[in-house]
Amino acid sequence: MPLSDFGRIGIDPFLEMRRMQHEMNQRLAGVTDGAAQEFPPINLWVGENSVAVTAELPGIAPDDLDLTVRENTLTFNGNREPRTEDENAVWHRRERAFGSFSRTVQLPFRVDPELVDARFANGLLEVELHRPEADRPKKIQIKG
Amino acid sequence: MAQELKTTERQVPSKLDGGERTRSRPVFVPRADIYETQDNIVLLVDMPGVVPEGVDITLEKRTLAIRGYAADQQHQTYRQIYTEFSAGDYERLFTLSEDIDRDGIEASQKNGVLRLVLPKAAPAKARKIQLKMA
Repeated sequence: MPLSDFGRIGIDPFLEMRRMQHEMNQRLAGVTDGAAQEFPPINLWVGENSVAVTAELPGIAPDDLDLTVRENTLTFNGNREPRTEDENAVWHRRERAFGSFSRTVQLPFRVDPELVDARFANGLLEVELHRPEADRPKKIQIKG
Repeated sequence: MAQELKTTERQVPSKLDGGERTRSRPVFVPRADIYETQDNIVLLVDMPGVVPEGVDITLEKRTLAIRGYAADQQHQTYRQIYTEFSAGDYERLFTLSEDIDRDGIEASQKNGVLRLVLPKAAPAKARKIQLKMA
């Protein structure tokens, strides 16, 4: 007696499932889970007495972005305009998000609001923040 | 099953030429807006971190290929503690449905967004037909 008689019926459900899985993988290959992600996505870097934040903000002019520093938080505020110069334009594809956004990031320590360095080039924002002089850890000399 | 899972984890061959990439960097599919006006098809592609010199656009037959190479983020003496995005390359292919005036294609890059204006070739433009009065 054969182990399975699928061959006899002419349909192999496992083959069918593999084919479907392959098809799903192909369809999902280009999809990123950006919808659930907060905007803008950020990276955080820490130095000895400073912290650097990088953020991806494509399509936003430097003037349309507001950065606020308070205690140990950094807030991004801005607006992404839907761009069409023609009212009668027909949309083929619309994947880029638009609208206003706001995001607050907590930094690992309090930062000096006067010592902030922000650079914005090609849709990539780089903010460097420094720890205030008074908060810096001091090395204590031990007397022998 | 296990074998199949392994194959999906591997580096995906480049869609553009079918070969595997020699640079081991992540490749992203950039988000794009496409709209059509009376004379043009306009493409807006998000490629943050890509300098204008790092953009490579080719049109072969009806296939439009867009590639962007982003510079690595380098922070000496800094240590990364939190990551939501990583630097990588962008690759995306589009098949154009209408005849495009190849010589009239314009590309510009601003604030990390690539803007491509593809003018429609003359025969594809809509023609208004006048009714003759009987």
